[in-house]
Amino acid sequence: MTTSPEATAVEGVDGDVLAGIYTTAVKIKLYDEKYRATMRAGKIGGMYYSPRGQEIIPSAISAVLAPEDYVLTIYRGVHDQIAKGVPLRTLTAEFFGRASGSCKGKGGPMHITDPSSGLIVTTGVVGSGMPIGVGVALSAHLRKSGQVTVVNFGDGASNIGAFHEALNLASVWNLPVVFVCQNNRYAEYTTLADGTSVERIADRGAAYSMRSIHVDGNDPEAMYGAARTAIDAARAGDGPTLVEAMTYRFFGHVMGDGMEYMPEEELRAAMEADPVVRMREKLLAAGHRSEAELTRVEDGLRAEIEDAFEYAMSQPMAEPEELTTDVYAEGAIR
Amino acid sequence: MTVQSDVRDAQAPAAREMMLIQAINEALDVALGLDDTVFQLGEDIQDPKGGGFGLHKGLSTKYGLERVRPTPISEQAIMGAAVGAAITGMRPVAEIMLMNFLSVCGDQLINHAAKLRYMSGGQTNVPLTVRTTTGAGGGFGAQHSDMLEASLVHTPGLKVVVPSTPADAKGLLLSSIFDDDPVVFVEMHHLYFAAKGPVPEGDHRVPLGQARIARPGSDVTLISWGKQVHDCLAVAENLAADGIDAEVLDVRSLVPLDLDAILGSVGRTGRAVIVHEAVRRNGFGAELAATISEDLFGQLHAPVRRVAAANTPVPYASSLEAAYLPSRPGIEKTVRDLFG
Ligand SMILES: Cc1ncc(C[n+]2csc(CCOP(=O)(O)OP(=O)(O)O)c2C)c(N)n1
Repeated sequence: MTTSPEATAVEGVDGDVLAGIYTTAVKIKLYDEKYRATMRAGKIGGMYYSPRGQEIIPSAISAVLAPEDYVLTIYRGVHDQIAKGVPLRTLTAEFFGRASGSCKGKGGPMHITDPSSGLIVTTGVVGSGMPIGVGVALSAHLRKSGQVTVVNFGDGASNIGAFHEALNLASVWNLPVVFVCQNNRYAEYTTLADGTSVERIADRGAAYSMRSIHVDGNDPEAMYGAARTAIDAARAGDGPTLVEAMTYRFFGHVMGDGMEYMPEEELRAAMEADPVVRMREKLLAAGHRSEAELTRVEDGLRAEIEDAFEYAMSQPMAEPEELTTDVYAEGAIR
Repeated sequence: MTVQSDVRDAQAPAAREMMLIQAINEALDVALGLDDTVFQLGEDIQDPKGGGFGLHKGLSTKYGLERVRPTPISEQAIMGAAVGAAITGMRPVAEIMLMNFLSVCGDQLINHAAKLRYMSGGQTNVPLTVRTTTGAGGGFGAQHSDMLEASLVHTPGLKVVVPSTPADAKGLLLSSIFDDDPVVFVEMHHLYFAAKGPVPEGDHRVPLGQARIARPGSDVTLISWGKQVHDCLAVAENLAADGIDAEVLDVRSLVPLDLDAILGSVGRTGRAVIVHEAVRRNGFGAELAATISEDLFGQLHAPVRRVAAANTPVPYASSLEAAYLPSRPGIEKTVRDLFG
């Protein structure tokens, strides 16, 4: 079993595949921009964890996953949710607590579930998704359904006990699960070096005899290659993989974060190397798509996003009668 | 005459005398046999040992290690795996070796198992059964003996069951496994070998949320669950000798709770004593006492009383452990005081 190899760009990824990854990535970027603008305008409140800068990771993964495969994510998860195909209208309505939201307004941004698109769990508790992802993968294995499970989490989460228990069990049981650590170099306000004893989180896979991949998560070809390797292995019955995808978040931990702990130099360099903008340039340079084609895609996405926000805003809030339904199969119990 | 008795035998399911531990093994066997989505996971549950108490004996041999699945010592991973499997179409039965270890996987149980149905707006459910065992009186000390049912009841989304007889253990466990919600099924290990009785064969179910009148009576209602039901029955016999006719109500499931049976019984007797093994402070007895007082204030002949463990960790020395636990003399004195 290989441990912690550097994933390199896959030569000659199909132009249409790359264009598909770009479409997902720019959809996430535009959605995030709209969300932040709506917050700034004072139209919505609440907590928002921007995934800006991390778009390529789930976009490349979703280019490999099948619709019936499962994805789990965390509070910073809108990029994963969009990439898995959660419909924008009901997703946005859920963010706003509306009755027609994905979860009837009961879950909210940190708890999105949308089984029809395979986005099975979003958790607000750091590190909890890994053990549940093992169970989702176990279920697929027992049902012989052929489904693969992808669990997303941050670098900080790899220091939680549940990470270690989950990786060990997934390895012992050889389950079809891919653990994707989106290493954006910060856990809230703590740097990677201050909170994590290894330089590379991928190295931790070795402790569980697990195939591990360290990859530049902002490089679409490399990320696609890593996703292919891990997901194909899971599908083929070759067990779990730990993928550490290096990235960087542009907007601090949560909206309103002053970002004093992020060196200006570092932040500027990351933003100048904006992976979505870079990908656009590369698609054009390689001749996979024309300027006019990409503009048409982006305009279409903007319209879809506008529609989703308008729809969500116009929807009624969840009715108080809904308070006591869904606690148990029978509703609430005195 | 012979014909009649044949008919009666055909209607009543055949029953065999067995210990509570065997009844649980039989329930697991029936569930695994009935439904392919049922599987078990837990530490050391495989043959030849078949678990710490040998409770699982024969099951991994019969159903294989895919469905009777031993795990490493990883409570968070066990509970997480059970939750993940449950929300995607399986009916896992997870064993957490001892109830105190539920605190090791509290996040998975409290934040996830209990809430995923609600947070998803009913799109997913968690048909998970968590079996665990506990009980003081065996000299296991503070970290292996707690009754923690009150904290489970305090988490909406969980169901909580505590059987006291072998027939109930089988019937309630089968109902729990085929229930669409997460159920924590609490076995008091003292009863594994001490409680014996007839157990119906086959797919015997006892619905959750129905209390059992373990002994009818008219002067006072003793309300309890698990091991203390047996203490209440013994005390009721002593009281009967002096003309106090005590009804003993076995609650069986704390969530869902058969409030009608509780209020109905206390409404008839006018007196209630709640007996449980968990510590008194914030125990489930406090909830029951408050509810009875609120609903039956005008009909009570005496204040509702509680008999429970001391507000301390479970001590080791047998002398201290005996002082910690609710005792039969303690229950009896509390009841007699009501007639003082
Ligand atoms: C168990 C737990 N501890 C603490 C928190 C509070 N908290 C929320 S996000 C966060 C940082 C997590 O960082 P990381 O895992 O790297 O994810 P990122 O936000 O960078 O994507 C913390 C400490 C929590 N939600 N859960």
